[in-house]
Amino acid sequence: MEEFLRLIIGKYNYWIYITLMMIGLYAMIAKNNLVKKIVGMNIFQTAIILFYISTGVKKGATIPIIEHSHDAAHQAVRAADYINPLPHVLMLTAIVVSVATLGVALAVAIKVYHRYLTLEEDEILKQIREP
Amino acid sequence: MSEHYPALLVILPLLASFFISAAGWLRPACCFPLAVAALGASLLVSLGLLSIVIGGGPVSYRLGGWAPPWGICYQVDHLNALVLAVVSVVGFINLTAARTHVKKDFPERAGPFYTLYVLFVTGLLGMVVTGDAFNLYVLLEIAAITGYALIAMGKGRAPLSSLNYIFMGTIGACFYLLGVGYLYIVTGSLNMEDIARLLPPLHGSKVVTVAFVIMMVGIWLKMGFFPLHAWLPNAYTYAPSPVSSLVAPLMTKVMVYVMIRMVVTVFTVDYAFGVLGLNEAVVWLAVIAIVAGSVLALAEKDVKRMLTFIVVAEVGYMVGGFWLGNRPGFTGAVLHIVNDALMTLCLFLAVGNIVYAKGNSRWESLPGLFRTMPWTMGALVVGALSIIGVPPTCGFFSKWYLLLGAIQGGHYGFLAALLFSSLVSVVLFFRIFEMGYFEPLGAPHGPTHGQDGTTTVREAPLGMLAPLWITALGLILVGLYTGQIVGRVIRHAVPAMMF
Repeated sequence: MEEFLRLIIGKYNYWIYITLMMIGLYAMIAKNNLVKKIVGMNIFQTAIILFYISTGVKKGATIPIIEHSHDAAHQAVRAADYINPLPHVLMLTAIVVSVATLGVALAVAIKVYHRYLTLEEDEILKQIREP
Repeated sequence: MSEHYPALLVILPLLASFFISAAGWLRPACCFPLAVAALGASLLVSLGLLSIVIGGGPVSYRLGGWAPPWGICYQVDHLNALVLAVVSVVGFINLTAARTHVKKDFPERAGPFYTLYVLFVTGLLGMVVTGDAFNLYVLLEIAAITGYALIAMGKGRAPLSSLNYIFMGTIGACFYLLGVGYLYIVTGSLNMEDIARLLPPLHGSKVVTVAFVIMMVGIWLKMGFFPLHAWLPNAYTYAPSPVSSLVAPLMTKVMVYVMIRMVVTVFTVDYAFGVLGLNEAVVWLAVIAIVAGSVLALAEKDVKRMLTFIVVAEVGYMVGGFWLGNRPGFTGAVLHIVNDALMTLCLFLAVGNIVYAKGNSRWESLPGLFRTMPWTMGALVVGALSIIGVPPTCGFFSKWYLLLGAIQGGHYGFLAALLFSSLVSVVLFFRIFEMGYFEPLGAPHGPTHGQDGTTTVREAPLGMLAPLWITALGLILVGLYTGQIVGRVIRHAVPAMMF
């Protein structure tokens, strides 16, 4: 039990990312309203961003800007002092991608609304079945 | 100049798409010529790359001069040089056929259409050429997002199908991204070859297993591998004709390439087939995909919708052939990427012509079509024979390699599925031929025409027939030159561990 708790508390960021991801997935599968589904999709993408960000973090490390860079040659740079910037940079791209996906999804949802005058999936399906 | 080919391949259409977008506002008439110029240039570049690779072996290009593990590196070897050529050929041929459709269906949106079209092809070309796992994700999303927008341009249920595709596609791409993340945690690298170098000591690691499984599920979602195919039929059916004939041949095929690239280059054959030993299970999944795709196609009463289920079955061919894990299976899978892209293009172009002339492609529209649209139906016959696998056409040869692979691997379930699917294709297409050839015009369930049975249906314009027939003749030519393609290109792409 104690070990299990330590597993949860020690890696709480990963547990949060999995929880968020499952919330997003649940919303995409189970929700009836298309906008709620789109929100679920965005939560899903955000969860992965959180995952990447937390892989770059180190305890007691600081932002990766080397101080006193003019005489940097005299001081060895210790990698453990700085967080890993690469996953963070990757996530800048992923954020752009998720914004673009969200934009396209909402634009398509507007088209769906103009066509069926509703965003509830069951009502749309009813309209499709009985033309 | 030629040393910059890998970068030009992606950058030319990418930059051109901005100009096309601007031309859409200022001079809409310029959009089409600009798009043709951009894709024509990348077609020439990709053919140039193919001949360089055939002549002198793989090419590597460092973007911005940064050395591989840190910078992004474009790798062109025999495998992706071939796929690049196919993507640019299909993109270009279909573009020339798209013009008539655009003029008829949405003339006021020509600018956005061509911009998205060129961006879509850019994304696919980038996915194939890149040697960086994260870069692949970004280009995958470029292709996917433009694909969603293109599909949503259709009428009726298209926006709803596109939205469905957005949800499934995003889950797929995110799973791929998650897999890359897990690989990055354990290796600290994003370059494919660098990851492959660092992975062997980690083969027992659970993280690598999770990365592999989650990445494969993501890729399968994107390619519409059977249990994960639910988004595909609707999205491809309701998309406008020039979009279906662009997305259906290319997206699934490029995702099959990505799967092969990930397994062969990143995880290595040793790991996927030796350590994990998933191949038997995946081939059985492919068997289910082939059988289910064929059976579901039988139930459809619309040519276009039927074709989308054939696409689902064909994805099963390629996935199964690759996971057989032997030389003929791999050759068949890669050859089938080439052949299936062309076959699907041919069939969807022909259906596009039928939709152009008749308004839809349901069974009711078919009677008498051989008389009114002989050229379109002729090309449809060539494409159908290729899907069935009749010898002079290329479909026969890849199916032959797949069958050899199944026999060599002792996988008789896959063998049976291939034969079953060919027989079902015979039924599917001869039913169409029968209706088009023997049933009289107008009766019994055709639309009502004049008293004397005359009709206003005419053959599609030359601008649509020429690309269609170039593709149809291409099917036969590729079939005749199969020996060259296999001997000079695919033979060098087969990993050394497969035999």
